[in-house]
Amino acid sequence: MAPVSRIPVPVDILRFNTCGSVDDGKSTLIGRLLYDSKSLMEDQLEALERSADITGGGQINLANLTDGLRAEREQGITIDVAYRYFATPRRKFIIADTPGHVQYTRNMVTGASTANLSVVLVDARHGVIEQSRRHTAIASLLRIPHLVVAVNKMDLVGWSEARFLEIRAQFEEFLPRLAIKDVKFIPLSALTGDNVVTASPHTPWYSGPTLLGHLESVHIASDWNLDGFRLPVQWVNRPNSPTDAALHDFRGFSGQIAGGIVRTGQKVLALPAGMMSTVKQLWTYDGPVAEAFCPQSVTVVLADDIDLSRGSMLIGLDHPPGAATDLQARLCWMHPRPLQAGKKYLLKHTTHTVQCLVTDIVSKLDVASLEGREAPSGLAMNDLGEVRLKTARPLVFDGYETNRLTGSFILIEPGTNATVAAGMLLPPRETVKPESADYVI
Amino acid sequence: MTSYHLDHLQLLETEAIHIMREVAGEFERPALLFSGGKDSICLLRLAEKAFRPAELPLPLLNVDTGHHFPELNEFRDRRARQLGARLIVRTVEEAIARGLAQPAAGEISRNRLQIPTLLAAIEEFRFDCCIGGARRDEEKARAKERFFSFRDSFGQWDPKNQRPEIWNLYNGRLNPGENMRVFPLSNWTEMDVWEYIRRERLEVPSIYFSHQRRCVRRGGQWLPANELVPPKPNEEVRDLIVRVRTIGDIISTGCVESPAATVDDIIAEIAAARVTERGSRADDRASEAAMEDRKKAGYF
Ligand SMILES: Nc1nc2c(ncn2[C@@H]2O[C@H](COP(=O)(O)OP(=O)(O)O)[C@@H](O)[C@H]2O)c(=O)[nH]1
Repeated sequence: MAPVSRIPVPVDILRFNTCGSVDDGKSTLIGRLLYDSKSLMEDQLEALERSADITGGGQINLANLTDGLRAEREQGITIDVAYRYFATPRRKFIIADTPGHVQYTRNMVTGASTANLSVVLVDARHGVIEQSRRHTAIASLLRIPHLVVAVNKMDLVGWSEARFLEIRAQFEEFLPRLAIKDVKFIPLSALTGDNVVTASPHTPWYSGPTLLGHLESVHIASDWNLDGFRLPVQWVNRPNSPTDAALHDFRGFSGQIAGGIVRTGQKVLALPAGMMSTVKQLWTYDGPVAEAFCPQSVTVVLADDIDLSRGSMLIGLDHPPGAATDLQARLCWMHPRPLQAGKKYLLKHTTHTVQCLVTDIVSKLDVASLEGREAPSGLAMNDLGEVRLKTARPLVFDGYETNRLTGSFILIEPGTNATVAAGMLLPPRETVKPESADYVI
Repeated sequence: MTSYHLDHLQLLETEAIHIMREVAGEFERPALLFSGGKDSICLLRLAEKAFRPAELPLPLLNVDTGHHFPELNEFRDRRARQLGARLIVRTVEEAIARGLAQPAAGEISRNRLQIPTLLAAIEEFRFDCCIGGARRDEEKARAKERFFSFRDSFGQWDPKNQRPEIWNLYNGRLNPGENMRVFPLSNWTEMDVWEYIRRERLEVPSIYFSHQRRCVRRGGQWLPANELVPPKPNEEVRDLIVRVRTIGDIISTGCVESPAATVDDIIAEIAAARVTERGSRADDRASEAAMEDRKKAGYF
């Protein structure tokens, strides 16, 4: 048995999604990553090898690895996203694999919502097409921090540097209009494996990393927002321990930190109650800590006896959020029943579910350019649009562009309880002003 | 150098704790399915992390098929006592006696009969949510399973009607009679589970570690020799040094030959199994499965 110390433990998790239009080589690429990084389990390999002998004349078809999905799609089963896992000594990876060109916007929004990075595939023969623009624009809309443009099928264009540079230039034409700051172009062949896990001998003109090399090393530590402390209260922790003096009066507010850093002794403001207090203790199962940060889960004990419940938010005094009932947001509509202005929905934001009314549909967004078009009467499935909303109770929120956790929401249709939309809030027009005590909302 | 960094287990942990607390916040009568297996052992630790210093706000529920490994039930009961948790056990035997579950003629496996037993327990206690330890890496079909998996009033899963899950915003809303299954370990792999068990120093039932056991060769696997389905004269029986990798019923749980005696050994074994070139073992299994198919074809 190998000594345990020789097995390095991954240092963190990178979540990524893959997008491309049909036949760009998405399935082959995912299969190649899993196969070459030796991440396949024995039963998967067995099945792959068996099907190679039976139908492939001994050639393994890597796309078969993700074929379960394709079969199910044909049977009409809704699959917006399937998740796959692999790990290298450097990182654990979660791939959100989003199939289907029909439901594409909805699927991609679902798969990409938690991603650190998007891989956009381009067929080197076809170059940038309408789909490439759409996928990149959605990645930008969702504020995915990192983008990889995988220029695939380089074997079919004779490993031409000129072709690669041409595609890169096509991208760079529209990238400046988008919010993505970190973009990497990689010439590769999913079929042959060149530049996927091992560097290609065919691209001496390319000095950058392989796809896996880049996925392993891209800097994601700063993807979490550490700027303004936010703790949406999920659950109030009140032990029923009448005899235990230490716990008799314990009251903690449990939640996952959605932004920033919190320290014991720090002043915090509870919203919407509008009450100020001090952090007395940061309780965790592994013992009290002096500070905690996003996205840790903690239980906050306050110095004052404030009565808060699920849906309240504790915030720090710097970088204050907005608090309002009139909101503006971008929506991705996800349900066959279209959105109609004037209809009531339930809105779930952080740990808070409130009634809301979509008062106006301001515009429908052209997916490729993210530019607004005429004010439509409704939004259909896969449409993106900008809307105005009114909530029955104030939301304490940030613009989605500064905080993906406190700037996002879903809409739920009352009665059916269907999740009908994903929403991204625009920045607040004004923020809470803790210092002027003008924060009671 | 910043210390604001979480490693992969800490990220999986905080995600799972968040989901546990969403359950406590959104459901009125949740339960946690606790079998005593390695995944549900992790679930229990995560529940402690989510809810301490308070009591666990949900009981533990186990469906006892009557074919459990005795080591497992002993562990289950002891662990529940240690935690001061309420443990509800409902047995397939009892469900059969009450007419809630019907074995087919000659049906020995309790796999199918667990389902009506579980549904009856859900109805009896009016549970609106059950937390389970399923992981997406277990099999291809699970890759698309949700964290919050909606079940209609017949307890059925309709893959055509799943709710999209976006960001960390889970829709837990139900109409009367409907039910949710929640899987906080969705993003964990087998390796993550064992690394977490090591980090948290969690006790696991002894059958996960190497031990001597009389096994019978059946369906291309070594199964524990047992009274319920005694070895037939033509079946090979051997005393082997084995461990189990996943725990099911005693009549269907494959044992793997292994010297792994500690959690470290198991982690090394899993790591090695992943990077080994496909050796004889995989081929072995493929051909044996094929043989099994022929046997079936001949039998029917
Ligand atoms: N020559 C070549 N063919 C490729 C490459 N990547 C994928 N293919 C082929 O392109 C076809 C479509 O690939 P697939 O992975 O199924 O595409 P998907 O629809 O995006 O998942 C298949 O026949 C693949 O073998 C590549 O890099 N080079």
